[in-house]
Amino acid sequence: MIAGLARFVARRIFASLIFVAIVAASAFALTKLAPGDATSDLVAAGASSSEIARERTRLGLDQPVTEQAAHWALGVMRGDLGESSALGGPVRALVLAHTAATAQLATLALVLATLIGVPLGIANGAWPTHWLARLSTPVSLLLLSCPPMVAALGLMLLGATTGWLSISPGAWLLPTLALALPLAASLERLQVQAVRDVVDAPDLLAAAARGIPPARLIWVHVSRQSLRPVLGIYGVVIGSLFAGSFTVEVITSWPGLGRLMYAALRGRDVALVAGCALAGAACLAVGNLVADVLRMLVDPRSQELG
Amino acid sequence: MTTGQRVGRALLLMIAMGTVMAPWLAPHSAADQLVNRAYAPPTPLRVHDAEGFHAPFFNAQIMTDRLRRDFGTDETVRIPVVVRHGKLLTSMADDQPLLLLGADSLGRDVFARVALGARWSLGVVLCGALGALLIGALIGAGAAVAGGRVDAWMMRLADFVLVLPSVYLVLVLRSLLPDVLTTGDVFALMSLLFALAAWPHVARGVRAIVSVELTRDYADAARAAGAGRWRVMRHVLPACRGFLAAELVLLVPALLSAEAAVSYLGLGFSEPTPSWGTMLQEAANVRVLAEAPWLLAPAAALFVVVLALQMIGARAGTRATFFDSLATHASSSRPS
Repeated sequence: MIAGLARFVARRIFASLIFVAIVAASAFALTKLAPGDATSDLVAAGASSSEIARERTRLGLDQPVTEQAAHWALGVMRGDLGESSALGGPVRALVLAHTAATAQLATLALVLATLIGVPLGIANGAWPTHWLARLSTPVSLLLLSCPPMVAALGLMLLGATTGWLSISPGAWLLPTLALALPLAASLERLQVQAVRDVVDAPDLLAAAARGIPPARLIWVHVSRQSLRPVLGIYGVVIGSLFAGSFTVEVITSWPGLGRLMYAALRGRDVALVAGCALAGAACLAVGNLVADVLRMLVDPRSQELG
Repeated sequence: MTTGQRVGRALLLMIAMGTVMAPWLAPHSAADQLVNRAYAPPTPLRVHDAEGFHAPFFNAQIMTDRLRRDFGTDETVRIPVVVRHGKLLTSMADDQPLLLLGADSLGRDVFARVALGARWSLGVVLCGALGALLIGALIGAGAAVAGGRVDAWMMRLADFVLVLPSVYLVLVLRSLLPDVLTTGDVFALMSLLFALAAWPHVARGVRAIVSVELTRDYADAARAAGAGRWRVMRHVLPACRGFLAAELVLLVPALLSAEAAVSYLGLGFSEPTPSWGTMLQEAANVRVLAEAPWLLAPAAALFVVVLALQMIGARAGTRATFFDSLATHASSSRPS
């Protein structure tokens, strides 16, 4: 199994590298295709044509596009992502700082949502008539209907009127909750369904017949078998966390990748857009890889599919 | 059908009717700037006050401080609500507008803007979702029929787009185009972008269903009767109807929040078009938000639409519980 896992991981890492390369290159190409370039704002600001020409030379925009692309690609191989024309300074430092902020937010939200959603889902799937299940079914329906944007605005209002949550820029609890609560609700719903689907399995009946106490049966035997569907959607969840964190970052002034990407796109900053795309794609690829490996460890059957 | 699904359908029907009837429901037009009503709080409809029951009315609103934008209500003055100028709900007095959800920074009626904005927001999302279903069904069915290398590459493309966060995809594609567009162009463009971002999941599902259906006897029968590769699709595609309906219920909430996010950033519909995302720009400032929470009405509307869809889509039926099933197993296996 270890050899199988290693081969699987090696193949996936190779595929991920291609994925990251394609995303970064498309981002570079698309920003180049867009109307205007990094000096468009100077034109609007009324700079003279000689100033603009000097700025274009400084940024290397007077070179042929193929040359610029080759220059950028060679830089990336050496770990140099170029200079940001919109914000100044090397792209690498900017992208690393903002990626760390987004990754922190997404990881916190994922952990929080998992810690709330999965155990609650197992309990509610096993004991659907308990008061906890009766309470959490409508609550998760309400939370499921709150996209991160609505959740973030609602929590901002709550924080501003009651002071229970800090709304100052950089406060981590509010954006984390805005991302985690809808996700916790969907994990809970999925886990309830997964538990219901496995409780009828004959091996659990056999275990119950041997006298294993119900609590152990639920928390050990049922929960292990029911984890597969939830782990299966973690790849999708990571993508949706990224999409959700974009709006949450803009609303709560979280200094993440979403805001950086937006600023880069507005400023037609090719190197920064490509750098953000590179970092984002790398995060997605790593997240997907971890999710797949976890799933294989919990359920060796999925190895055959990989 | 469960109670939840019934409630969800009723809610959705009300939203649909409200959206269609919006020009008659809304007391004002979306662009009307009411005099001295910037950030005016809602004037709730009432039927009862200290003097007993009356026909629907609201109390007169008085501006007490122009600079601080403080408003008070005069409980002694009842303004009846009437049908006038082809509007179902409007105020009797011209200087006392009916503001069911308050007013925004320019003194525009938030209720009217939410109701009229539903046409833009829900319209563009519905067009985008239907477009995604169409593209997804075509590509999925095409891949299943073609098979081989075409199939493999199409599914690889679908996987690629599937992993990308849709908001980023829409954002990058949108920023390629000129900033200033007419509202009609924005509508067409955003529908197209949503369709391009959302098709892969549909394509995967349709491909899975079609490739199973192609092995069924009825597909063989159609082939035996002389149907070609593509003619068979007419018999096979209806099998995807249930899946496509379920996908529509999943796509609309996702695209609604994408529309809100893109318009919130100023890349979607732009002022003065009342889309829900554009309206939420006003709620971006926390101090404004705390003093005029009714500006979140578009977010509440978005929530209600998603809630209705969730209720319809929720898996029906609570199956036998674990201990119920243990008990049934035990009793059925016991010799009687």
